[in-house]
Amino acid sequence: MQIPAADSATAAAVREKPALQRGELSALDDATLRAALRRMHLIRKFEEVAEQSYMRGLVHGTMHLSIGQEASAVGSTLHLRPDDYILSTHRGHGHCIAKGADPARMLAEFFGKETGYCRGRGGSMHIADLTTGNLGANGIVAGGLPIAVGVGMSIKAQKQSRVCMVFFGDGAANEGAFHESLNMAAIWKLPVVFLCENNKYGMSMDIANAMAVANVADRASAYGTRGITVDGNDLPAVAAAAKIAIDQARQGDGPTLLECKTYRLRGHSKSDRNLYRTKDEIEAWRQRDPIRRLQDELVAQQRIEARELAAIEQGAQHEIEEALEFAKSSADPDPAQLTRDVYAG
Amino acid sequence: MPAEVITQEAGVRQLSYAEAIREGLGQAMEADPRVFLFGEDVGVYGGAFGVSGDLLRRFGPERVIDTPISELGLAGAAVGAALTGMRPVLEIQFSDFVTLAMEQIVNQAAKIRFMFGGKASVPMVVRLPGGSGTGAAAQHSQSLEAWFAHVPGLKVLQPSTPHDAKGLLLAAIDDPNPVLIFEHKLLYKTKGPVPAEAYREPIGKAVVRRSGRDITIVGASIMTLRAAAAAEKLAGEGIGTEIIDLRSLRPIDFATIAQSVRKTGRLLIVYEGVKTMGIGAEIAAMIAESDVFGALVAPIARLGGADSPIPYNPSLEKASVPQEDDILAAARRLMHKRKR
Repeated sequence: MQIPAADSATAAAVREKPALQRGELSALDDATLRAALRRMHLIRKFEEVAEQSYMRGLVHGTMHLSIGQEASAVGSTLHLRPDDYILSTHRGHGHCIAKGADPARMLAEFFGKETGYCRGRGGSMHIADLTTGNLGANGIVAGGLPIAVGVGMSIKAQKQSRVCMVFFGDGAANEGAFHESLNMAAIWKLPVVFLCENNKYGMSMDIANAMAVANVADRASAYGTRGITVDGNDLPAVAAAAKIAIDQARQGDGPTLLECKTYRLRGHSKSDRNLYRTKDEIEAWRQRDPIRRLQDELVAQQRIEARELAAIEQGAQHEIEEALEFAKSSADPDPAQLTRDVYAG
Repeated sequence: MPAEVITQEAGVRQLSYAEAIREGLGQAMEADPRVFLFGEDVGVYGGAFGVSGDLLRRFGPERVIDTPISELGLAGAAVGAALTGMRPVLEIQFSDFVTLAMEQIVNQAAKIRFMFGGKASVPMVVRLPGGSGTGAAAQHSQSLEAWFAHVPGLKVLQPSTPHDAKGLLLAAIDDPNPVLIFEHKLLYKTKGPVPAEAYREPIGKAVVRRSGRDITIVGASIMTLRAAAAAEKLAGEGIGTEIIDLRSLRPIDFATIAQSVRKTGRLLIVYEGVKTMGIGAEIAAMIAESDVFGALVAPIARLGGADSPIPYNPSLEKASVPQEDDILAAARRLMHKRKR
């Protein structure tokens, strides 16, 4: 286990008595933390396998990797219930796995197979799993936000106690759909959590050049709703902030704009040559890798044995390897069925 | 709101097109708690064209919802509500404003079922008052239905009578797909017989409004009314006109068109949308590609909107879309043509 410099103080504490646990961490029990760590690993391994498969020419198209953003996906959904809804983005593999999707069917979709979540019709950007409340990733920036408003209206009209969490990136915060959706969710006090994953760049555009306020969440005041900005690479902090937003939405107190500041360690998509950022910047964020940070803290706080970490990671690795075999060995869709699902009924 | 009118002679209840739509909305909401109406000024104001009328008073603000002016957000809200068990009916105040909502209708509503491998459905209805003739100029008078008829996953309707306005609306609300209904603003006050019960007209089925042996005129919405007026005059000249009211552009009922053209041998397609790249081109091509082509005794003719935005000046406005006289002239020209 490699300890990043920033955490050397806590590393030293491992050998002695652990420092007082912060509230965000102590709020999570051991089983929850293990499950969260496993999901973070699953997301990381899934995306590494996706990337390798692409590089080897096993799949076509493109993909958007969220490597480095796992704490945001897993932390924000940790307190969602199975029947709560999520809406995701083009960079959505993490959200999907975090909400409980089967990585095998996800990879099969990535491979364009009939066994995939969308029978090979959607691909990486359109994975949906209605059985886990996942109403779909979205290829359009800010495409999910207005849909979340309708989901919120639906929950309210049917007097359900569900919550809808909609993910979007910093780039989406400059779309008109963001403004329209936050406003409507606020005036109608809809049970929606607007979860902005601010990973600093909208493709190549630095958010600092695209927005005149410091934080996306600062905009919440314009809609008369709550805004929270949190370190998106800190799983317990994300989970704690999301719990506030989820609980308030469920209680009928309306939406929250929750911003997770994070960073994608890979490029925007496969065409990215990283012309807009420096190696030093990427390396600095690599030192804040959310998986490593959580592991270090758990060990330092004696919440988990170091040897257990390897088992969790290996378990995830094994599941993804099996998923890859399932995807590779599945059948392609039949072209004769091309137009079958254009219309219902 | 004006009460229903019972015509003395026929004893058949007459409603206006707007009243028929309102009655359909009310019946759908009475029958199904999942149905709700929302849009700009549909509540207290009763709708910009008076269509929703007293529905707010009858069903309350949770089911007849006044919204902010946010067309993109509203279209998306319809998608989200439809995806999760509701049956939303969205009114876009003027169909022109749908340009602000294209993303959600074209990228989301139309594609979600397909993209998700058939696992989801989006049963939403969008009502769009469209068309020219009110002096509202270029941004409040367009006929954009052909745009949406180009999108797989959508259904596109254009009712021409109060009867169809209600029957197609109720069918659209039942339909598990996103359905766009283009209502013509000039038709809202036109009256016709409307059964009191909740009934459905089949989506994708055209009707023959008038039978004739010499020429087929295909149209929809207000164009079928103008064609009917022209047909009366043509009858006086000994020309028998068959009028097909499409009612649905997507899916389109090609069989009914083909059957008529096979009989008359002459086809005039009339539509208010811009002629170029429009509905007429599609129907003409369908005929040209089919074995009905051999039955034509004259070239296919199209009458469509001018290659111009809709102008303000009343005479210019009339000149920009097919009127009764234009249909009459086109039909006469067609009768004098012979395919060589």
